[in-house]
Amino acid sequence: MNSMNVSNLERVAKQIRRNIVEMVGIGKAGHLGGSCSSADIATVLYFHKLRRKDDDLCWSDRDRLIFSKGHAALCQYAALAELGIIDRAELTRVKTLGGILQGHPDMVRCPGIEANTGSLGQGLSISLGLALAKRLDKSPARIYCIIGDGELNEGQCWEAAMAAAHYKVDNLVAIIDRNHLQATDETSKIMSCDRIDEKFRAFGWETLTVDGHNIEQIIEVLDKADTVEEKPVAIVAETVKGKGVSFAEGKVQYHNGTLTKDEYDEAIAGLL
Amino acid sequence: MAERNQRTAYGETLVELGGTNENIVVLDADLSKSTMGVLFKEKFPERHFDMGIAEQNLMSVAAGMALAGKVPFAASFAVFASGRAYDQLRQSIASARLNVKVCGSSSGLSDFGDGFTHQAVEDIALMRAMPNMTVFAPVDDLETERIVRYMAENEGPMYIRINRNPLQRVTSERDVFEFGKPAVLRDGKDITVFAHGVMVKKALDAAEDLSGTVDVKVVNVSTLKPLAEDEIVSAAAGSRGIVVAEEHSVIGGLCAAVSQAMRGHGIPIEFVAIQDMFGTSAQNYEELLEEYNLTTDAVINAISNVKKQHERGRS
Repeated sequence: MNSMNVSNLERVAKQIRRNIVEMVGIGKAGHLGGSCSSADIATVLYFHKLRRKDDDLCWSDRDRLIFSKGHAALCQYAALAELGIIDRAELTRVKTLGGILQGHPDMVRCPGIEANTGSLGQGLSISLGLALAKRLDKSPARIYCIIGDGELNEGQCWEAAMAAAHYKVDNLVAIIDRNHLQATDETSKIMSCDRIDEKFRAFGWETLTVDGHNIEQIIEVLDKADTVEEKPVAIVAETVKGKGVSFAEGKVQYHNGTLTKDEYDEAIAGLL
Repeated sequence: MAERNQRTAYGETLVELGGTNENIVVLDADLSKSTMGVLFKEKFPERHFDMGIAEQNLMSVAAGMALAGKVPFAASFAVFASGRAYDQLRQSIASARLNVKVCGSSSGLSDFGDGFTHQAVEDIALMRAMPNMTVFAPVDDLETERIVRYMAENEGPMYIRINRNPLQRVTSERDVFEFGKPAVLRDGKDITVFAHGVMVKKALDAAEDLSGTVDVKVVNVSTLKPLAEDEIVSAAAGSRGIVVAEEHSVIGGLCAAVSQAMRGHGIPIEFVAIQDMFGTSAQNYEELLEEYNLTTDAVINAISNVKKQHERGRS
């Protein structure tokens, strides 16, 4: 168990964002927006909530975090480096030939990655499989799955939503990173997906909402999810894409965009 | 000779394995009464998971179970297991070599009544092209048992394609399954026929019909990937011609794999396979096999053709 207080978590979240910006670098493309929108949620999970053992990454009763939105790989890499699971030096080799940090996460190459995601819509099903298997083993392990709001366009998300409620798994928590943007435009313009909590509730889930950038509230909502029985929990986390990098906040072009030298310097300065 | 369909062998073997290995779980997509996963469901209800009519979720849930140390067998009709869930198999299962066992049931034209929507003529091509995926096509019920057992006992993503209808036995209880090794079921020095599934028996019948005139070797290739190319080459060594017979598209299956293995050897080769076309409905399986020219006569004709090619090459 690795637990931290709120101000320390806020400090870690800032460092994670700095790592993300460094990996995006200057003049190279990188998924800045969605990585930053998930950063606070990931920080609370990795540094406070997940039951794990530093010396045994494969501990069978560990809690799992599945990033279904695999394009937020930079957020995972940034956190894994802060946890000491991967060497910080690896961050400089992201998306390079022979590196362990692929454009989308590869559990075969990178320790601490729990599943290969990146083709959107599959992570919730994978998480459900983990949840069912862990229940069968009477393991206390809990499974957390971060899903993008754009990702909910994928029909498979709803197949999984239906099945998770059918099987009444209460060791599964889906967190929807509701940043209102997808790859090329606002979610409302590409494919409307409003009232996400009501949709999950209609499928039979318990639903909760949270400010996805308020560390204290994220802790509270995750603790509340622990108490739900006989059904899975969906937390709709209201977020801002690019959060923490002021000029990129809410801007679709930073989904997988490049930073100029000036932008890079400004981003780093804002995260010191 | 006994006749038992391969899907019954699949279900019964899983029940047997489930009794000794608690990690085996079985998943279906509302077709357990066809795949015979229902036999496992009856015996071990807590370890059988019906995912409903949702093959994408079926495969990804199996992936999650494999990540938790389970040995999931996920089945649907071959056309859906390989096609509808291709991306799920590719992206998170094969890429990470997860221990997921996929059963493509009612493969080929064997679901004769339902027509092209339910007939997989290209599943082997799809599964062979996927990195890390192992591909099996058992010849009869006994070999299905042996391969299912192999799948349960060995790590990695694997695909088995099985037939809906009863098939005559061509192996015996004494036979053992050797992974990757093509099995010579009948020896012969003139022509070598490589086949899998339902076409093996037709090849054996063709060889019998021709006995006394042409000496035909029949090889059952039930491990389609990885294909033991050296074993294929040595089985064909000295033959005057090669015939490949399969209930699958001529593109991307055993025909392609054997051609690749035999490149540069200069031995004439002919195919008995489904041309580049979809299936169709018929009143029974045999009628459909005849329509697609997957018959003993077709194998005999192909043998005759490669023999002629060989003779022309010598003159």
